[in-house]
Amino acid sequence: MSSLAEKYPDEVQAILAKYPADQKRSAVMALLYLAQRDNGGYVTKAAMEDVGNIVGITANEVAGVVGFYSLYHDKPAGKYRLQVCTDVACALRGAVQFVEELCDNLGIKTGETTPDGLITVEEVKCLAACDHAPVFQVQTADGLTYHQDMNVKATLELIEQWRKEETS
Amino acid sequence: MAEYILLRHRDIPNIKDIGVYQEHGGFEAFRKAVTEMAPGDVTAEVKKSGLRGRGGAGFPTGMKWAFMDNRNWPHYVIANGDESEPGTFKDREIMEHNPFQFLEGVAIASYAVGANRAYVYLRGEFWHIAKWLDQKIAEMEAAGFLGDNLFGTDYSLRIYTHLGAGAYICGEETALMESLEGKRGQPRLRPPFPPSYGLYGKPTVINNVETLTNVPMIIARGADWYRTYGTEKSPGVKLFSLSGRVNKPGNYELPLGTTFRELIFEHGGGIIDGKKIKAIMPAGASSSLLPATDEVLDTPMDYESVPKMGGMLGSASVIVLDETVSIAWLVKKTVNFFRHESCGKCTPCREGTYWMERLTGRIASGEGALQDVETLYSVAKQIQGKTFCPLGEFSTMAVVTGIERFREDFDALVKAEASE
Repeated sequence: MSSLAEKYPDEVQAILAKYPADQKRSAVMALLYLAQRDNGGYVTKAAMEDVGNIVGITANEVAGVVGFYSLYHDKPAGKYRLQVCTDVACALRGAVQFVEELCDNLGIKTGETTPDGLITVEEVKCLAACDHAPVFQVQTADGLTYHQDMNVKATLELIEQWRKEETS
Repeated sequence: MAEYILLRHRDIPNIKDIGVYQEHGGFEAFRKAVTEMAPGDVTAEVKKSGLRGRGGAGFPTGMKWAFMDNRNWPHYVIANGDESEPGTFKDREIMEHNPFQFLEGVAIASYAVGANRAYVYLRGEFWHIAKWLDQKIAEMEAAGFLGDNLFGTDYSLRIYTHLGAGAYICGEETALMESLEGKRGQPRLRPPFPPSYGLYGKPTVINNVETLTNVPMIIARGADWYRTYGTEKSPGVKLFSLSGRVNKPGNYELPLGTTFRELIFEHGGGIIDGKKIKAIMPAGASSSLLPATDEVLDTPMDYESVPKMGGMLGSASVIVLDETVSIAWLVKKTVNFFRHESCGKCTPCREGTYWMERLTGRIASGEGALQDVETLYSVAKQIQGKTFCPLGEFSTMAVVTGIERFREDFDALVKAEASE
């Protein structure tokens, strides 16, 4: 595997330029997103080593950061991580039933991935969209998108569209 | 209200465009500050306005700025856009729809404390907002409102976004700074406070997004104008995020001191299906539970009045519970949240939230014994006053007040099991 710095020199430079020259470590979070994008949605041990080399910390320290935050992953999952908020405010507006019904339709449990490897359904903590429950975000290697005021039918249609994109 | 002060996009639809923002006085406050006012005068005006931190703690903003240690440089300003308290979604609306007023607030704060570099820390889920603000910052640079020698003076400023990656604890100011330094987001011991030891060990002002968005209007129109809103001790307007079992959830910009009743029944359209209101969580999942008595409903929502009812205003994320909600279930949800979000640094919080989750889970599922309710209460009380940062304290609020004020909801569940 070649280094992120060789593969994406401009992006890595732009990330480092956000912080004082003697505070490179601050760039670790943005570099991890880059590593995750580069590797289809999760960070490998080798990538952690690489990120550590860029900012001057050990691979273990990088792993500590990966493990702490919920949007970094060290294992592969579905291409689309469908992350439904089931916290207090959303649960008061039907989010728990929503996620159960969605999972039933997909034939999986939360935390599991559909057999085609496309969708992983996860329950997550508050997404700051409590007035638009049920709400979920979709995390892919490239980033995140919000889907608000959702119902199961609309969600299954969205998934159908992803499946079509996959086969076309 | 006659006019929006924070949610100005509801009056002026395209205020997110830099040209429209300028047509409505945009950046004039920043220009006025930099070209006509000494940094100390800006701080004095904010102090005089009585503006208090809108992130939850309610600390006087101008006083915080005045605490900056002028013997130690450089200074930094951080906007706290971590917005992760369940029930809170106000900063998001500001940043998505009125981004320049917020960024102008960051800029004025930076000038006031002599910072040449400011960061906007965003929770990782605000991926789209980070991209959006990067674009808005670039537009400000192109228009000469950020960069070197602003307005022909020797003042320079750059603003950068920093994206977190999913961790409630990073809303705590010292954990946020750890995260911004590229570390695990675990809180630091306070004191020292950020104005003496903050980002990279340098004096730092850290303010909530909503707090900063007030600043341009205060500088443009003056502290006396600002004080015409709200109450004597809690001046100004506040964004109330209303959610839960109400007909019209959403953000409502109202003067501080508006009653719960007005928010929930006039603006929020009352309770779903005309059910009876049972309790209010005025500060999101961290709230004490307030029984929805007439006395509570008629309480003004400000920093002084809510504590008198046994709660806190906090970030004013008002979650409404109706008669269909079991408080034992609710407490299970809040405890699950805090167990997940505990950073693991201190034992009372790490272990305490774990045990509270087991107990609340058992009780809510109907498998608990009477003794479990007593144990739960005892665990929560033992966490209180012993945790490293407020998160551990927050995790106990709904538990303790739930058992004290809605004991019957717990007894109903454990009794049902015993009678089988």
